[in-house]
This record gives sequence, structure tokens and C-alpha cells, in this order.
Amino acid sequence: MTAALTSGGAMRTVEPSHHLSDDMLLDYAAGSLDEATSLIVATHLTYCPSCRKRAAELDALGGTLLRDVAPVSLSKGSLESVLARLDQPAEPAPVHAALPANDNPLVPAVLRRYLGGDLDAVTWKNLGMGVQTSEIAMNVEGKRAFLLRVPAGKAVPHHTHDGNEFVLILRGAYNDEIGRFARGDLAISDGSIKHKPVAEPGEDCICLVVVDAPIRLTGPIGAILNLFVKV
Amino acid sequence: MTQTANPDAQSLAEWMRRLAEDQDRDAFAALFEYFAPRIKAYMMRSGSDDVSAEEFAQEAMLMVWRRAASFDPAQASVATWVFTIARNKRIDAFRRNNRPELDPDDPLLLPAAEPMQDDKLEEDQTADAIRTAMADLPAEQVRMLKMAFYEDKAHSEIAEETGLPLGTVKSRLRLAMGKLRTILGETEL
Repeated sequence: MTAALTSGGAMRTVEPSHHLSDDMLLDYAAGSLDEATSLIVATHLTYCPSCRKRAAELDALGGTLLRDVAPVSLSKGSLESVLARLDQPAEPAPVHAALPANDNPLVPAVLRRYLGGDLDAVTWKNLGMGVQTSEIAMNVEGKRAFLLRVPAGKAVPHHTHDGNEFVLILRGAYNDEIGRFARGDLAISDGSIKHKPVAEPGEDCICLVVVDAPIRLTGPIGAILNLFVKV
Repeated sequence: MTQTANPDAQSLAEWMRRLAEDQDRDAFAALFEYFAPRIKAYMMRSGSDDVSAEEFAQEAMLMVWRRAASFDPAQASVATWVFTIARNKRIDAFRRNNRPELDPDDPLLLPAAEPMQDDKLEEDQTADAIRTAMADLPAEQVRMLKMAFYEDKAHSEIAEETGLPLGTVKSRLRLAMGKLRTILGETEL
């Protein structure tokens, strides 16, 4: 039985302690980061003014590089053809599914757009041991994004990664061999890390997870869970 | 089209203000003559041919016209704002996926402890500081930054092109970014 989600305490007042990596920020600023990882970045940025500042600096780098690039001449009449189009109505902007009005959301708006609503509307799939997941539909080759819910006080089975795993905490907190991770914190793991996160008592720990390769669970329970986790 | 003038950030900001407030077509034309050939260059470096690069540059500039009212000089310089529009145009054009962005009106947005300074001069200083930092970086690191930004190259592709191991590419990019951050941090004091 999992506890009902309440919005109490959804506001974060302290900046996260685990931040975006330089790699992620650079690729996000350059526009070359995949959509799934970009969703993690944008969600973290909502919670983290210092990473927003780093992101703004890299955008400014992009602006400076644009000013410094050697221009390529336009074809004759290029300006005139654009001036002639200024009064045409804009093609309709890509429609974001309208988000229901929500003054006290549980998770950042950028994520709610992908969930089609707030966290309390998510359909969970049981993995066993009280652990639940919910896929986030996204057409990104080689990546998978999902929500993971670990009951308060419970552990996620030992697992290792063949590739990278990004975990952003949305609710609750967990501790593992690296440290404590709470709302807004980003945990980045690669294949060299074998870890066992344990959710803190009090509140279920809900995370946004992006993986780029199958997760292998280790240990006897993990071997069973592996059968269920089709990554 | 001959475009030799290199307007300073204040001229760009003034054109942008006239565009946002008065839908001034002359101001738009001035911005177009400056930015469109640069956006075209940016698109070509990302792999577009001449014709599509020019179309993308025109479409990006149409977006500048349509979104002018949303430009906020307190948030970014004109060049930075135009860069973000060109970047999103490139993502649309090449990747056909989305770039999730935070919602500035999100009630969950944690504000910075100290309000951001909205001094327009600071944008010039930021650009100067970035140029200073770039001038101090080893040429190889600058080249890698440009490849990452301009040529839409993944780190693995940069490794292939430079003949360096992937780990080395990543650590040198990190060094370059650390250096930029240090210099920008000093400027803001």
C-alpha cells in the first residue's frame, strides 16, 4: 500500500546538492542532447538556480560564437522575400497538450507535459517488492525514460549499469553508497557503479529515470526481478 | 548583399527594442542583414546545404519577428536570444524531436538567492569575458567547443575527428568550460 501524494512540501526552498554534469549542460546548450536526457536537464533546472546560471552562460557562449562566425552570403532578394512574408499568419505553434490549471503542482511543468498531468494521475505498474514504474512515452532511439517509485524505507535491488543512468529525485529522498539524494538532486551512474539506493522513511521516493542501456540487477532477488524488468 | 558593419551589442539591442515595441521593419531589416548570414553559416556547419541553410535562416528570422515581444533584455543579449532561436530551428530541422525547456512561470521554479542583475552593459561584459576566456584557451579546446556548438557533433564524433580518445575529449571540454566559468564568475563580482 503506497501513501497518497500530497502537495505539502512540494516547493523546494533549498538548492539541490547534486548537479548537472558539464557534458549534459554543454550538449543541452548546443542543442545536441537527446529528448529524454533533456527532460531530466529541464526538470533539474527548474529546481536549481545555479545550474540555470551555468546554462545561461553557455547560451551566451552560443550567442558570442554566432556573432563571431564567418557569415555566408545570402542569395539575392533574400531579405525582400522575408519582408514579404512578415504579414502572413504564423503557422500554428506546435500544440502542447494544455495542462490543467494547477497552483500547487507536485512536479515541474515541463515534466507534467510528458505525464499528461500531475504525479497523482500516473498509472503505475508493479515490479514487486512495492517498487513501481511508469513509462514515459518518447520516441528516442536507445534511451528510455520512466518514473520509479520506491516505498518509504525500502531499498531498490542492487543493480549495475551497462550504460549511463540518470536519476532525478522528484519526491522523498534516498541514500546510497554515494550520498543522500533529495528533491531536485541528480544522480549520474555509469557502468562502474554498483549501488543500492534505500528510500528514506516517511515518504515514497519518486524519481525520473533515464537509461541508455539495459539495467542488470545483481543478487538473488535481482535475478528474479530481471525477469520482470524488460528494459 | 554586402555586410561589413559589425554593430555593437547596444545597436543590436536598440534594433530589437524598435522591433518589439513598434514592429519596425527597418530595424528588422538591420537585424536580418546582420544575423541571417550568420545563422546560415551556423546551419551549413551543422550539415545543411546552401539552399536549405538559407531557408532555415529565413525561417529563424521570421521567428525573431514573430516572437520579438517575448525578448527580455534582462535575461539575455540579442545575440544569445537569436542563437537560442537558431538552435531550436536546427533541432527541428535535423533531429525532429523536442527540446524540453523549463516553464518560466512554473510555481516550482526555485528562484536564485540573489536576484539576477539586469544591467544591459553586463551583456557586453559577458561577451567580452567569453572572448577573453576563449583567447586564453588552447586552440584545440576552442576547436572542440566550436565543434560541439556549431557542427552538432557528439563527443564521440569529436573524438573521431581529432583522433583523441573519448575520455580526453570530454576532459578537455570540461577544462574549457571550467575556465570559461572562472572568468565569467570573476566578471560578475
